[in-house]
Amino acid sequence: MSLPPLVEPAAELTREEVNRYSRHLIIPDVGMAGQKRLKNAKVLCVGAGGLGSPALMYLAAAGVGTLGIIDFDVVDESNLQRQVIHRQSSLGMPKAESAAATVREINPLIDVVVHNVALDRDNVLEIFSGYDLILDGTDNFATRYMVNDAAVLLGKPYVWGSIYRFDGQASVFWAEHGPCYRCLYPEPPPPGMVPSCAEGGVLGVLCASIGSIQVNEAIKLLAGIGEPLVGRLMIYDALEMSYRTVKVRKDPECALCGKNPTITELMPDYEAFCGTVSEEASEAAKDSTISVHELKAMQDRGEDVFLVDVREPNEYEIVSIPGATLIPKGEFLNGSALERLPQDKKIVLHCKSGVRSAEALAVVKNAGFTDAVHVGGGVLAWVNQIDPSLPSY
Amino acid sequence: MRVTVNGQSRELPEGTTVAAVVATVTEATTGVAVAINDEVVSRGSWAGTAVRDQDRVEVLTAVQGG
Repeated sequence: MSLPPLVEPAAELTREEVNRYSRHLIIPDVGMAGQKRLKNAKVLCVGAGGLGSPALMYLAAAGVGTLGIIDFDVVDESNLQRQVIHRQSSLGMPKAESAAATVREINPLIDVVVHNVALDRDNVLEIFSGYDLILDGTDNFATRYMVNDAAVLLGKPYVWGSIYRFDGQASVFWAEHGPCYRCLYPEPPPPGMVPSCAEGGVLGVLCASIGSIQVNEAIKLLAGIGEPLVGRLMIYDALEMSYRTVKVRKDPECALCGKNPTITELMPDYEAFCGTVSEEASEAAKDSTISVHELKAMQDRGEDVFLVDVREPNEYEIVSIPGATLIPKGEFLNGSALERLPQDKKIVLHCKSGVRSAEALAVVKNAGFTDAVHVGGGVLAWVNQIDPSLPSY
Repeated sequence: MRVTVNGQSRELPEGTTVAAVVATVTEATTGVAVAINDEVVSRGSWAGTAVRDQDRVEVLTAVQGG
C-alpha cells in the first residue's frame, strides 16, 4: 500500500542545497520533487536518546527542513555508549541543546527547534500540532501511550521504534491508514514485568539498527515513496541477525481508533495507566521508605539490620552498598528468598532506584516482616549522596 | 496437532485457543501481542480464536526502551 506524500514540495532548492543533496537528487524516486518535500517537512523527534541520536543525525543530513527536538533530560556518562549525538564535552548539558548543536554542525541549512521540556498531557497536543510527522524515541511506556494517543487524536502519523538488549521493534502508526499502537498493544504490561534499558541494558549499536529504520520510514512518508511500514511490525533480532515483519490490522475494537472509541481525549494520568509502581508495591512502600542518609546512620550506629540488594548479579558486580546481601527480586516473587531472611533483624531492601525493592517489600511485608523497609532512590542515591567515589550506571 | 510456539514445536489438543497458548508462555495478558503465521491476532480475539495444526504462533512482548 503506497501512500501519497505527506508534504508539499518547497518552491525551490538553493544552489547550496542542490550541491549538498546531489546524491539524493540523482535517485529517480527522490529527485528534485522529493528533496523539495523534505525541505518543506517538519519532523519532531521525541527523545534525544538512543533512538533519537541516529534519527536526528540522519534526518538532519537528509535535509528535513525543520527538525524539532524534545527532551527534558541532561547528558549523563552512561548515555555515551549509544547516544552518539552527544559527546564527552556535552556531559551535564540539556540533551535537547546538545543534540541541536550536533545537528547544526551536520547541516546548517535546516531549522532546528529545541523543546527543552518534559512532554506532558498539557503540552503534547500543542507541540505535535506544529509538525507533519512525529518520531517516537522515548524510553518508557507512559510517554509511548501518550505519544500514540496524541498522534491519533491529531490525525498525525508517527514512526515508532523500541529497543531492549538485542531486540528491536518498529512500525508506522497512522490511524487514518492503518492500526495504532493500541491496536497492537491495547494496554502496557504489568508494572515491573518489562525492564527498561536502564534496568536491563541495551546494545549500543541496536539504536542505529532501529533508529535508521525509523528515518527510512519517515523519509518515505514525507516524500510519498515505497511501501511504508503502516500495518506491519518490524521485528529485529541482533543475535540471530534477522529482520522480519508481521502484519498488524487495525482493531475494530480499539479503544482509541476503533469503531466505538472509549478514549476520545488524552488520559488524565499516563503514569498511573502504566503503573510505574504496582498498587501493592506503592501501598507497601508507604511509610516504609527510608533515605540513604537514614540507612547510613543506621549502619554508623551499628544497628543490626539485614540489608538485601534485590538487583541482578551483574548489577551487584558493577556497584553495591557495603554490607548488602544479593537476593534478586525474582526470588522474592517466587517465594524462595523468604527462608533466607533472618527473623530477628530488621529487613532493609534496596535496588537501583527504588522500584524493584518496593515490589519485593510488598512480598516481605505480606510474609509477616511488618517492620521491613526499602531504600528510596536505591544504590544510585547512595552513590550520589553518600559515596560519590563509587561508579554509577 | 503440531503447533510451533516461539520457534519450538509443541503438541497441543485440538481447539486450543490463542489465549491458552499465550498463557503457556507468559502470565501477562497485557503488553503482549500474538502473531499467527505472521499476522497479529488482536487482543479481543484471543479467547475466540483456535490455533490450527501446523500454525506458527509467536508471542511478542512490548519493550519500552529508546
